[in-house]
Amino acid sequence: MKKILSILVRNRPGVLSHVAGLVTRRGYNVESIAAGPTENSAITRINLVVSGEEPILEQVVKQVRKLVDVILVEDLTNNEPVTGELALITIEAKEQTRAEAINIINLLGLTLSDVRDDSLTVMAAGTAMTVDMAVLSLKRFGIMAMARTGLVALPRPKNGESKGERK
Amino acid sequence: MKKPSKTVGSPKKPALENKKKLPAPRLGAQVICDFLESAGVDVVFGYPGGAVIPLYDALYDSKLEHILARHEQGAIHAADGYARSTGKIGVVFATSGPGATNLVTGLATAHMDSVPLLAITGQVPTTSLGSDSFQEADIYGISIPITKFNYLVKDPQSLPGILDEAFRLAGHGRPGPILVDVPKDVQTTLIDPSVNSGDEEPLELSPPPPPCAASVDALAEALTISQRPVLYLGGGATITNSGKEILSLVEKTDMAVVTTLQAKGVFPDDHPLSLGLPGMHGSKYANLAINESDLIVGMGVRFDDRVVGNVRKFAPLARIAHVDIDPAEIGKRLSVDLPVIGDLGEVLSLVLKKLKKNSRPTWRKRIAELRRLHPMVIASGDGEIKPQAAIRALSDRLAGQGILVTDVGQHQMWAAQYFQAGKPRHFLSSGGLGTMGFGLPAAIGAQVANPKTPVCLVTGDGSIQMNIQEMATARQYDLPIKIMLINNGCLGMVRQWQQFFFDRRYSQTVFQYNPPFVDLAKVFGFWAKSVDKSSEMPKAVDELLKQKGPAFLEVVVPQEENVLPMIPAGMGQTDFFETGK
Ligand SMILES: Cc1ncc(C[n+]2csc(CCOP(=O)(O)OP(=O)(O)O)c2C)c(N)n1
Repeated sequence: MKKILSILVRNRPGVLSHVAGLVTRRGYNVESIAAGPTENSAITRINLVVSGEEPILEQVVKQVRKLVDVILVEDLTNNEPVTGELALITIEAKEQTRAEAINIINLLGLTLSDVRDDSLTVMAAGTAMTVDMAVLSLKRFGIMAMARTGLVALPRPKNGESKGERK
Repeated sequence: MKKPSKTVGSPKKPALENKKKLPAPRLGAQVICDFLESAGVDVVFGYPGGAVIPLYDALYDSKLEHILARHEQGAIHAADGYARSTGKIGVVFATSGPGATNLVTGLATAHMDSVPLLAITGQVPTTSLGSDSFQEADIYGISIPITKFNYLVKDPQSLPGILDEAFRLAGHGRPGPILVDVPKDVQTTLIDPSVNSGDEEPLELSPPPPPCAASVDALAEALTISQRPVLYLGGGATITNSGKEILSLVEKTDMAVVTTLQAKGVFPDDHPLSLGLPGMHGSKYANLAINESDLIVGMGVRFDDRVVGNVRKFAPLARIAHVDIDPAEIGKRLSVDLPVIGDLGEVLSLVLKKLKKNSRPTWRKRIAELRRLHPMVIASGDGEIKPQAAIRALSDRLAGQGILVTDVGQHQMWAAQYFQAGKPRHFLSSGGLGTMGFGLPAAIGAQVANPKTPVCLVTGDGSIQMNIQEMATARQYDLPIKIMLINNGCLGMVRQWQQFFFDRRYSQTVFQYNPPFVDLAKVFGFWAKSVDKSSEMPKAVDELLKQKGPAFLEVVVPQEENVLPMIPAGMGQTDFFETGK
């Protein structure tokens, strides 16, 4: 089983150490962890993807909830969250394979972020599946390096949820 | 919009009045002492060093009493003993680097047993942080997993807010230790104590949400229909001081009661339904009652492995109810049928309102029968002293009026089995972490907090040598603690496991040398005496307790005495280890 958690925390020094430390210390399986600012500068969102047995995953949620600086933990797994991920992938691209690689890159709608004589760096962004697909398709050219952000996720808003009071 | 003018002072108030209202700026170190005084702290335990010289300089002028331990571990266990025996927050100071790392065991000990502490450590100046400066250790990083929360104060102006928050947090909800790491330059910066550095809102600590009504109803319902209910009490019952409500609950339901180390004293040990300690070294009758029960109600407990043993064999006939303030405790070790999340005191009063008196004569009879069939008896010693008898003698003489502190090992379990605590917070023991060396300093802290109450320590020859330097602290402050050293010449508890499970291969558990303890105690200024004959033991205990000042009684006991009954780790509730096999 896999859980996608969205954790809102007070943006204080050390808060990431507390969350990351907790999940590793208790032996939970972390598939990815991604943190970044939200619309409110005092609040950071941490997206945590963990896998394991259900009772253990429940413990993860409870233990994270207990952390002092944690404001809200949402389990997005079963709520069709809006998700996204980004990856940078450097592949070998010598003369023989270059054209084919570019072909696939275009076909999948990926972005070329860097071009060298014998390598290309590609940016893949979209759902985790988009990124998986990009990785899979580019594998045969030889992946020299890769950086994935891990999943970021938001609860899917309902229609009519906006209060329309933007200042 | 009007623009605030920066150069001209506020035109509304004359400068003089303004000055009067503003508190004078104070050094960070003074802010710490001022804060502690205003928070009602009367005593601090600690040990100075380079990175806390400013703090100790501020202390010099403050009203706070300071107990100078002989080791930072001693200081923090003393603060812990102070906190456990009062329910107040224990405060400890230590310097950076080695001073701070010496707190680690004490923090972990307090964390495991939910003891509220505030540890304030010095740190190298902010300008040197992260450069491996002299006596720099990342105590913030080190202490994350063993504190309820911790802080590194980088902005001097955030200090007042952090102190206030830390102090509130330590005692809020499920209590625990908090560490605040204060770099030296923060201690020497002038701070406006009335200003809470702007960018952060103070943490709101709301009282726990009221327990969900349906869960309370379900618990009351289960209690009504159960025929063989067992109440399993833990530290939460002590923290919430729920003794009275628990007694009414038992009187209404005829539940049998088992108590962990942390709950001892909450429910009268001599009540006919009190079965004492459950689990590994619990009485047979306690474990058999759990085994036969159809409803186990855990209150403020962790379903610790030393109690539960084999999860699959625990209380096979029972539904499990669990009341706790910490949702993360529910279902952590075993699955719970009836969870109730909330403050124990509140839950108890709600449940009591819903329950009618419901006598269970059959269950009472069965409990009495279990007690009769499997009594806890102390064998006669053939002239030698049985450690259990020595502890029983101490218990009888204190008659519920004194605080007993224990160290860790066999003597701790004998104390749990044979000492009767008269009140909550009168039995102090490191349960969750099992920290040898806890006892002596914790007894010091308990005596500092309760100068009029007799404070006794039951310790072992291994444990006492872990913080024996604190005898000097007891002497310095004339703390009349009474130490009973159960000397079996070995690390008894480990030796017992080696005897039972490793074919008596006593690897490194028998001391080839021990200091002459009586001489040692005398050197530290204690009254001291040793006994090894059972006929002389009772009188020696009287003498020990009669002393006005710190006193020390060595009780020499046979090496191969064991703690029984015993359920080996991971076994079922009825898999009692039979000796002689
Ligand atoms: C700091 C620490 N180190 C090691 C242990 C492991 N341990 C548990 S009980 C025990 C023996 C304790 O010996 P002693 O204090 O003489 O008490 P006894 O068991 O003989 O009564 C040991 C070594 C521990 N609990 N704490």
